[in-house]
Amino acid sequence: MTAETSRPLLSVEHLSIEFGNRRVVNDLSFALHSGKTLCIAGESGSGKSLTSLAIMGLLPKIARVPSGTLLFEGRDLLALPERQMQQLRGKEIGMIFQEPMTSLNPLMMVGQQLEETVRRHEPVSRRQARQRAKEMLDAVRVPHVDKRLVQYPHELSGGMRQRVMIAMAMVCRPRVLIADEPTTALDVTIQAQILELMRELQREFDTTLLMITHDMGVVAEMADEVVVMNQGVMEEHAPVRDLFNAPQAAYTQKLLAAVPVLGTAPKPESRAAQPVVLEVTDLTVRFPLRSGWFEEARNVHAVENVSFSLRQGETLGIVGESGCGKSTTGKALMSMLAYDGSVKLLGRELNGLKGEALKPVRQDIQMIFQDPYASLNPRKTILDLVGEPLLIHGQTDFSQRKARVAQLLEQVGLPGEAMERYPHMFSGGQRQRICIARALALNPKVIIADESVSALDVSVQAQVLDLLERLQEEYQLSYVFISHDMAVVERICHRVAVMFCGQIVEIGQRDQVLGNPQHPYTRRLLSAVPMPDVDHRRDFKALLKEIETPDPIKPRGYEASVQNYRAVDLDHLVAV
Amino acid sequence: MLAFMTRRVLYSLLILLGVTLITYLLLFMLPADPARQIAGRSATPEVVENIRHQLGLDLPFYQQYFNYLMGLLHGDLGRSFIQRSEVSELIGSRLAPSLQLMGMGILFELIIGIGLGIIAALKRDSFADRLLMAFSFIGVSSPQFIAAMLFLYFFAVKLDWFPMGGYGEFRHILLPALTLGLLGSGWYSRMVRSSMIEVLHQDFIRTARAKGLSRVRVVFRHVLPNAIVPVIPMIGIDIGIFMGGLVVVESVFGWPGIGQLAWQAIQQVDIPVIVGVTTVSAVAIVLGNLLADLVIPLVDPRIDVKKH
Repeated sequence: MTAETSRPLLSVEHLSIEFGNRRVVNDLSFALHSGKTLCIAGESGSGKSLTSLAIMGLLPKIARVPSGTLLFEGRDLLALPERQMQQLRGKEIGMIFQEPMTSLNPLMMVGQQLEETVRRHEPVSRRQARQRAKEMLDAVRVPHVDKRLVQYPHELSGGMRQRVMIAMAMVCRPRVLIADEPTTALDVTIQAQILELMRELQREFDTTLLMITHDMGVVAEMADEVVVMNQGVMEEHAPVRDLFNAPQAAYTQKLLAAVPVLGTAPKPESRAAQPVVLEVTDLTVRFPLRSGWFEEARNVHAVENVSFSLRQGETLGIVGESGCGKSTTGKALMSMLAYDGSVKLLGRELNGLKGEALKPVRQDIQMIFQDPYASLNPRKTILDLVGEPLLIHGQTDFSQRKARVAQLLEQVGLPGEAMERYPHMFSGGQRQRICIARALALNPKVIIADESVSALDVSVQAQVLDLLERLQEEYQLSYVFISHDMAVVERICHRVAVMFCGQIVEIGQRDQVLGNPQHPYTRRLLSAVPMPDVDHRRDFKALLKEIETPDPIKPRGYEASVQNYRAVDLDHLVAV
Repeated sequence: MLAFMTRRVLYSLLILLGVTLITYLLLFMLPADPARQIAGRSATPEVVENIRHQLGLDLPFYQQYFNYLMGLLHGDLGRSFIQRSEVSELIGSRLAPSLQLMGMGILFELIIGIGLGIIAALKRDSFADRLLMAFSFIGVSSPQFIAAMLFLYFFAVKLDWFPMGGYGEFRHILLPALTLGLLGSGWYSRMVRSSMIEVLHQDFIRTARAKGLSRVRVVFRHVLPNAIVPVIPMIGIDIGIFMGGLVVVESVFGWPGIGQLAWQAIQQVDIPVIVGVTTVSAVAIVLGNLLADLVIPLVDPRIDVKKH
C-alpha cells in the first residue's frame, strides 16, 4: 500500500486565508500521511507559515478563512470550537517554532513548562509529569537532564532551547508534529543536530511531520513529499525525488536554480598576482567584563591573533558559527572598536587612528550589514541615505550629490526616481541594494559584507550575489565576506578563512579549504551543511556528539598561547 | 549581594542628604516668618526677636542645617515650634495610621489598576477598553483635593455608604483608601495594558497556546507574570507620589496620619515638623525603591542583583 492510497491523517482541502481583502493563501490542498514527512517550501510571503498556524487554530485575529476544510481524523479543525481545539493542540498536534530564543517563557523553569503540557492533557500527578518531562528531554538528548529541569530558558543555548521546544511539543506523543522553520535561527552544526533528532523521534514515535522551511537543502534531507508555495499559491506538489530530479513548475525550477549548492560553484580566477590592499596581523579583540567590587577582573577573548591578507579584486570569506568572532573581526577592520595588532589598509596602519584621522580611511573601507530592514533610517529618503557619506566627506553641492546618487542607484539596478522615496517602500532585496549603493558612494577599495545576504530569500540572494560580483569586476573591489552559509561562501569567495572560538583554524584558497578540509572543525562544519541532493542524504549522527569549546572568558592578564599553523599546501594553513 | 546593598545604602544616604538640604533651603527662603507666627500679631519686635533667638532662627543658614543634621545623626528630629513636643514623637504617634492607609490604598490601587489593565488589554480597541482608558485618564489627571471632596460628598453624605470620617474601625479606612486607590490606579491600568499587549505578541505566548493551554491559564500563568515585571519598579516610585496624596486625603477625611500633621505644620510654618515629615517620607521612598529592586529578581530570574 503506498502513501497515496492510504487514508491521510490530516488533509487540507481548498484552504484560503485572507487578511482584509488580500488573499494570502489561495485554494491550497494537500494531505499528510501517517509516519511521513511533508515539507512546505517557499520564500517569504508564500503563506507557508500561515497554513501551519491555520491547522493549529492559531491564526492572528485579523485573518479570515473564507473557504476550505482541514480534516483531521474525520473532524474539520476549522469548525471545531476553541475548547476542543485546545484539547487537540499539544496532545494530537504539536508545534515548534523558528525562534528558540523567544519561544520559551523566560519566567518559568524548563521543567515547569514541560510538566504544564503533560498535566494539561493527561490525568497525571506532578511526580509523573516530571518523570515524563525527564524522559522526553532524554529522548531529545539533552545532557544533565536533572539540572536542566530547574534551569530557566536564558541559561540554555539556542540549540538546547530548540531541543526543549521539541521535547515540549512531543511530550504528549502527538500524532502530528508541525515544525515551522525549526532550524533557521540556528548554526549549521546545531541545525544538523536538530534535523537528526527529528528523524530519530519520527522513527521512535511514528510521528507524522509537517515541516515548513525556505531551505531546499533541509527539504532534500527531510521530506518524503514536498509542497512548493509561492505568493499563497501551490506551485507544485510532488514526492521529494521527483521534485528535485524533475521539477515541473517553472517556479520550482527557478527556485532550485537559485539555491547555491556546495561543491558546484565554478573555480574562481586566482588573484594571487594582484597587490595586497588589506593586511591584518595578530588582530586581537577583548571585551572587559563588568565586574563587582569583590570579583576578579575578566576579559572576553572575542578575537585572538587573527592574521590574513586581502588582495585587490579578491573576496575573502570568513565563516564560522555564532560567537566565533567573525563579526567582531569585521567591526575591528572598520575601526568601530578598539583592538590590538595591526590592520594595514593600502599600506597605512589603521590601529591608533581616531576621530578626524579616521575620516579619510572610511573612504577606502565600507560596510554592508545583515539586516536591510534595520540598517536604513526609516525617516530619511534614499537620496539622504545614499548621499550622506558624500555629504560627510565634503560633497556639499546638492545637484552634484543628486547626480552621484542617481548614478549609484543605477549601478545597483534601481531606477533614479527611487531616491525620492523612503526605505519602507522597498522590498528586502531592494533595500540591500540601497545599502550597497551607500557603501559604494565613496569609491571604497574594500567592502566588509557582514552576513549581507543571509536575511534574503534565495532568488533575491542570488541576484545580490551577482550584483556584488559585477561591482567587484567593474571597480576591482575587495570584499571581506562574513557568512555562516558555506554554499554562499563557495559561490562568491576566492579564499576562505574558518574561525572557531576567536581564532582562524584554517585558511586558504577556496578549493583548498572547502575541497580538502584539514582541520577537524572545518570538516565538522562542512559535514553539517544540508545538501539539496535527495539521492545522498547526509547522516548527521556524528554531529550529535558535542565538541569541546574553550571558555572565551579569561582572567585579565591571561595570554593565549600562540597559535601555530601547518602549511598543507602553498597558501593553505591549518591550525595545529 | 553585599556589594549591592552597601552601594544602595550609600546612594540612599546621599539622596536623604539632598532631600533635607533642598527642604531646608526652600523653607529658609520662605517669606513667612515662623517667629512672628508664634509670637502672635500683637507682639513687640523685642518679643519676636527673642523667640527667633530661642529657636535658633537667627543663625546663618548653614549653621541651622548643620545643627539639624547633627540632631538627625542622634535620631533627634528637633522640637515642634508650636506643639511643644518632640517631632519624632509627633510623627511616631501618626505613623501607624498613615501606614495603614497607605498599605490599604496601594492594595486598592494595584487590584483596580492591574485588574482594569488586564481587561483593557484583552479587549483591546473595544468599547470597554476605551471606556476604561478614559476612566484611567480622569483618574490620573483629576486633582486629588477635588476628587476627595466629591467622593466624600457622594459616597458618605449623599449615599451614606461610608462614614464621613474618623479613625479606629475598618469601615473608616475604606473611603480614604479607595480615593487614593482609584486616583492612582490610572497609571497602573495604562502600564499593565501596554505591557500586556506587548507580551501577548511574544513568541512564547504562541507556544503556550500551541501547548493547548486554556485561555485563563495562558493569561494568568504566562502573560501576566511577564507583563507585571516592568510594573514593580513603578510601585517603588509610586510611594513618593502616594505621600503627596496622603497629605490631601488625610486632611479631607480627618485621618490622623502624618499627612494631616504635615498639612497643619505647613499652615503654621512649623519648620521642624515639615522637615521631619519630609525626611521620613524620603526614607519611605528610598526603602520602597530598594524593596522593589529586591523583589524583581524573585519574579524575573534573568535579573541578577549581583550584576547591577
